Amino acid sequence: MRRELRAPGFLAAAGLGLVLIAALPQWAEVYTIFNLSVYAVLATLALSLGLVWGMGGLLGFGQSAFFGLGGYAYAIAAINFAGSGPGLLAAIVLPVLAAAVIGYFAFFGRISDVYFAVISLTVSLILYNLINTTSGAAYRIGQAPLGGYNGIPSVPPLNLPFAGTPLSFEGTFYAAAGLLLAVYLALRLLMRSRFGRVVVSVRESETRAELLGYDVRLYKLGVFLIGAAVAGAAGAFYAAWGAFIGPDVFSIGFAAQIIVWVLLGGLGTLIGPVIGCFVVQALTAWLGEFEGSNPNIVLGVLFLAAVMLLPKGIVPTLRSATGRLMRARAAAGPREPAA
Amino acid sequence: MDAGALILVHVLYAVASLFLIAVGLAIVFGMMGVINFAHGEFLMIGGFAFVLAVHAGVDFWLAMFVVAPLTVALIGVVIERLVIRHLYGRIVDTVLATWGLSLLFIGIASETLGYFQEGVAPPFGAVRIGAYQTGGYNFFVIAVAAAVLAGLYALLRYTRFGLIARGTMQNPAMAAALGTNVRAVYSVTFGIGAAVSGLAGAVLAPIAGVVPVIGVTYIAEAFITVIVGGASPLAGTALAAALLGTINQATTFVSTAVLGEVALLLAAIVLLRFLPAGITGRFLRGSV
Repeated sequence: MRRELRAPGFLAAAGLGLVLIAALPQWAEVYTIFNLSVYAVLATLALSLGLVWGMGGLLGFGQSAFFGLGGYAYAIAAINFAGSGPGLLAAIVLPVLAAAVIGYFAFFGRISDVYFAVISLTVSLILYNLINTTSGAAYRIGQAPLGGYNGIPSVPPLNLPFAGTPLSFEGTFYAAAGLLLAVYLALRLLMRSRFGRVVVSVRESETRAELLGYDVRLYKLGVFLIGAAVAGAAGAFYAAWGAFIGPDVFSIGFAAQIIVWVLLGGLGTLIGPVIGCFVVQALTAWLGEFEGSNPNIVLGVLFLAAVMLLPKGIVPTLRSATGRLMRARAAAGPREPAA
Repeated sequence: MDAGALILVHVLYAVASLFLIAVGLAIVFGMMGVINFAHGEFLMIGGFAFVLAVHAGVDFWLAMFVVAPLTVALIGVVIERLVIRHLYGRIVDTVLATWGLSLLFIGIASETLGYFQEGVAPPFGAVRIGAYQTGGYNFFVIAVAAAVLAGLYALLRYTRFGLIARGTMQNPAMAAALGTNVRAVYSVTFGIGAAVSGLAGAVLAPIAGVVPVIGVTYIAEAFITVIVGGASPLAGTALAAALLGTINQATTFVSTAVLGEVALLLAAIVLLRFLPAGITGRFLRGSV
């Protein structure tokens, strides 16, 4: 891990990220900055699934449940306690607790991976139905109405710690993009740590990891909890960004979107889900301008294309292609005379 | 006494509809190891085929028992050819590809069929149970579920096709070595699963109505039932539907329908902690 901190790739990624974050608001329009903020938040959510699925091999198809729980927890806590500090805390604690319960039953019950996928997705769908029935004045937590299918309006924005002033558009962008960069770098470090290496070895061969003496169940639970915390934090930023959180974050369409980002970007990489998220979001925004285009059709076609045509995803495919090219170049070059 | 009979009818109805919703999925999963995420949309298409056929002047029973299953079976066979056949053995990829199909179907149905389809009223009127009354259609749904269970059991247990299909399910390589055309068996099995789903969609359409997104409301319960059921498609689904349907209906009776669904899910998660391979992974092993 300490070696990774000094590795040129890591430092380059950190430097490039910081430069991008600092430079973008200087020349981009406010509208673009506003949109890029939510892309960054969604990319953080994609990263959380990239960790759970790509690195841990757990098919967490209900990652949206933790995102939504984070959003709702933030909204309710921020409305009741005024200020985003308690909101952010609640947005991490609640999803982690929910993940601990689901994870305990799934991993300690040793449910097979596809079963786990279906169970985790079902949790999200049930939350969708549950939240949808909470319209009316009877359903409120403190001063926050749950609002049923109308969602919670006027969610407080993020504010600077210890100061009441809410963040501007640029400030929100710095916060969202900063969160994305911080999570990305932290997960890179995590994957270099002992814990991360064991998580990958569990993904590669559960039996072998177990025979080497690791408690596979604990490592699965650990990576699942970290994923839930990241998704919850992203959910809080999402609710703060739009000043709104509604039950649609629990819908099957939203869950599908996250899977497409990660799948298209590439499993087993951390930058892949981020790229996949930006590409799909830009693509759906662009296609949405055409008349008669249905978001479900677009997403469905992307989904099928990703599985059937690009099963490895963008980043791993590009990596192996450039690798082949370099090798071909090296082979074609003039041979060094033997010493 | 009357109240008890009424509750019994409602519990039986909940079990029957859960079984109908899930059994098409269970056949495809149990026999082929394919999790079809577009299963909810198969039910949706079955419902639409039935309702549109009735409005076009087709006889009610003909539309329900012939038009809807045939339409969905046809679509199922085509999908098996175009998508699923290329992904056998890659169970996660199949899930993802059929999820894409599911979104595609919802999108296409939203664009072409829309959200304002007039439904079909359930026949049979009301039936009196002492001081109470309940819809006669409830009894019909229970009867259809029983008939589907019996019919599929007979098909798998007592016919030559059933024998070959069960053999292929146990050991595809051995079945192929003995001269079975495994691809054809899979194709027919998927078609049968799709046909049953189409029938289920049609049977439930007079009660639930038809909209492009109705599959989503079915799919969570269908998946849970199949997973809790375990390896045997018929016995497992029937047992899981009986257990979960009863829990669902009992909770609904003392609270709301949504809490009934929540109770169903919680019961399933707790059950899978102790029976990770489902009910038939532990009991009644080797049954159909």
